[in-house]
Amino acid sequence: MAKIIGGIATTHVPAIGKAIAENKQNDPYWKPFFQGFDYVHGWLAREKPDVAVVFYNDHGLNFFLDKLPTFAVGAAAEYRNEDEGWGIPVSRAVPGDPALSWHLINALIADEFDVTICQEMLVDHAVTIPMALMWPGERWPVTIIPVSINTVQHPLPSLARCFKLGRSVGRALETYEQDLRVMIVGTGGLSHQLDGTRAGFINKEFDQLCLDKIARHPEALTRYSIHDFVAQAGAQGVEFLNWMAMRGALTGRVAEVHRNYHIPISNTAAATIVLENRGRRERMAA
Amino acid sequence: MKQDIPGTIMFDGAQAQKGLALNRMCFSFNSGDNRAAFRADEDAYCRKFGLTDEQRAAVKSRSVLKMIEAGGNVYYLAKLAGIFGLNVQDIGAQQTGTTVEEFKARLVAAGR
Repeated sequence: MAKIIGGIATTHVPAIGKAIAENKQNDPYWKPFFQGFDYVHGWLAREKPDVAVVFYNDHGLNFFLDKLPTFAVGAAAEYRNEDEGWGIPVSRAVPGDPALSWHLINALIADEFDVTICQEMLVDHAVTIPMALMWPGERWPVTIIPVSINTVQHPLPSLARCFKLGRSVGRALETYEQDLRVMIVGTGGLSHQLDGTRAGFINKEFDQLCLDKIARHPEALTRYSIHDFVAQAGAQGVEFLNWMAMRGALTGRVAEVHRNYHIPISNTAAATIVLENRGRRERMAA
Repeated sequence: MKQDIPGTIMFDGAQAQKGLALNRMCFSFNSGDNRAAFRADEDAYCRKFGLTDEQRAAVKSRSVLKMIEAGGNVYYLAKLAGIFGLNVQDIGAQQTGTTVEEFKARLVAAGR
């Protein structure tokens, strides 16, 4: 049976792609962020995941505002990146696992999450940069299932809904018969705002609260409305929805084993976190 | 959607309807050929996408705040800003009326 080993969440700022291309990992500006991945590399080498379910938001590469799904699941054998018009290098393609994708899609829709099904799907920097951060080498040793969440055009799904989406993905993974080691990834955040006269807004205190709650008390975060979350974390800080879905998919006892937080990377409070999924919680009486 | 967060225009249904033509043009800038076509003849390119007068004036002014008022979404506008050689820190400085150095210093100060 498939086993959910843990989750990683990380910022996905486009400028990181440029820094990687220009080998700036050890520059004083970049080092506090990149060194947070030393632990991640060791963890991945020990844990050896076979597949990663990646919750992310598209920034106008695969989806446009003419038809924008709230939740979309990739079901392709390969996910290409293309020119995003942001001046970052085009990434190599990421391999998929259509059989597992369809297992998840069937389970999610049976569970009343009526996702959009994408047999073709371009993935943008919100997928490819976390991949390059986690596996800086020549090849990516995992397949991915990309799950896109609308964080762009309001109304957005609530934090509670994204958490439940993650729960549903977690339950579906546990019923998959292949012996796969599965990791869950959530990308984006933390606090930042690119637009308006509040551009440059960062809220360290609120980010710390989110980081403190995500492992052990994620339900506490589901109380925030999207409106309140934007007020606290900035207009693009709502990318934290991807973190909520990631956390929801960790079905066991969850322990935080690594955290890195640094301000700023580009306009963003940058964060990386590793959560382990340590076996099933004792089943509570109903 | 309540629009009561200072300095913030939530990209809601009203903004999305208003901005469709402008955002569609910006979406086209994923292609290098389209970026070159915009550079070669900005008026013709904007006409092709049916920008409103407000949107055309906003693009001409290079003011990101005006483009947002005209329904632009920042993820799409960033593709246009790239054509003008502006990154998100440049547009952050422009929108907040500071120099880029001051804007960057504010970001660093937010970490203290």
